[in-house]
Amino acid sequence: MIEFQLDNSSGVATYLQLAQQVRHALRLGLLRPGDQLPTAREVVAKLAINPNTVLKAYRELEREGLVGARPGQGTFVQRTLAGGDPATQVRLRRDLDRWLATARKAGLDAEAVEALYRAAMRDTFLGSEDVA
Amino acid sequence: MTSVVDAVGLGRRYGRTWALRDCTLDLPAGKVIGLVGPNGAGKTTLLHLLVGLLRPTTGTVTVLGHSPGHPQTRSRLGFIAQDKPLYRGFTVAETLRMGGWLNLGFDHEAATLRMTGLDIPLDRRVGKLSGGQYAQVALALALGKRPDLLVLDEPVSNLDPLARRDFLRTVMEDVAESGRTVLFSSHLIADLERTCDHLVLLSASRVQLSGDVDDLRANHVMLSGPSSHVDAIAAAHTVVQADYGERQASLLVRASGPIHDPTFTVRPASLEELVLAYMSSPRAGATPHLRLAVAS
Repeated sequence: MIEFQLDNSSGVATYLQLAQQVRHALRLGLLRPGDQLPTAREVVAKLAINPNTVLKAYRELEREGLVGARPGQGTFVQRTLAGGDPATQVRLRRDLDRWLATARKAGLDAEAVEALYRAAMRDTFLGSEDVA
Repeated sequence: MTSVVDAVGLGRRYGRTWALRDCTLDLPAGKVIGLVGPNGAGKTTLLHLLVGLLRPTTGTVTVLGHSPGHPQTRSRLGFIAQDKPLYRGFTVAETLRMGGWLNLGFDHEAATLRMTGLDIPLDRRVGKLSGGQYAQVALALALGKRPDLLVLDEPVSNLDPLARRDFLRTVMEDVAESGRTVLFSSHLIADLERTCDHLVLLSASRVQLSGDVDDLRANHVMLSGPSSHVDAIAAAHTVVQADYGERQASLLVRASGPIHDPTFTVRPASLEELVLAYMSSPRAGATPHLRLAVAS
């Protein structure tokens, strides 16, 4: 079963941290379909957080189709999460390497690239929960 | 959504000093509500008005659908005052028995189980308990009443970090089981961040902010960028707090939409930054689209 942790200094809302940790575990294969998530009560006993926060995180994951609630039993993982198929990943990485080489040739250093990347991320994923 | 507290224009004056003014609040049921603000901001006054220990000078308030002193409200409300008054000469068992005599429907068994679960000896005199255990007895007494609304005035301010965590855990576990509404005041923003759905910020005797914690966090951002662009930002968004350097300004902004100015770096505001900004600039909450002059 997944063990949640909280990073109080991250500035990320607690329910988003919980949802991110489940997604992360799914990507790494640490959680598989059929696995049960801890009950709100269990998470509260460990982290002393608001149970509504846990339920909110689970609702978010449910909305994404990653987990499902079985009445009277708990919340269970429904599907895994991959970062795209391997061939797509390789292609995207190659495109990124090429773009980075161009940026470097244009005189951008690591910080300038990062600032640009953050701005682009913000514009692309605005409103999505991974990027504020 | 149903409300547990509905206050309109609530105010309380002591002599010539207003401890609380123009307080209009609508607090949702089934939530954990944090009340935060500097010392002397009116937190205790507000809580005492809600539980019926004080009468308002102005305005009206209903709690659980009735006026605070109403028997219907009183029987459904649990309150722990800041000094957690208990009879120090009573044993823990006697204290709980007293709770049973004074409150109809007191769950004596659950209160006793709570004590044994925390290894608090039932035959120990309350005055001999540690600070953390003493607070737990006060909490067991309030929860034994099975109130629909639990009001706690600075419940953890004098506890060590471990006892504080244990106390909040007990409250949160109870919420998980009962769905009770909890309203508590605290200075500890990290605690509020872990435990609250809804935040009320009092400063300078007024409500500066009241809202869902996740909404508040989603709406507020920290910006840094050129001072000369601040006016344009202030025209479109609410600048809560601004720190000016010669060229660079750092802002906490309640955003009305995406920030398009590419010269500003944007990051989410932490709850602590948010609370401190509203505390140090009272009126920002009350005045939408506050205009700011750029220091030159």
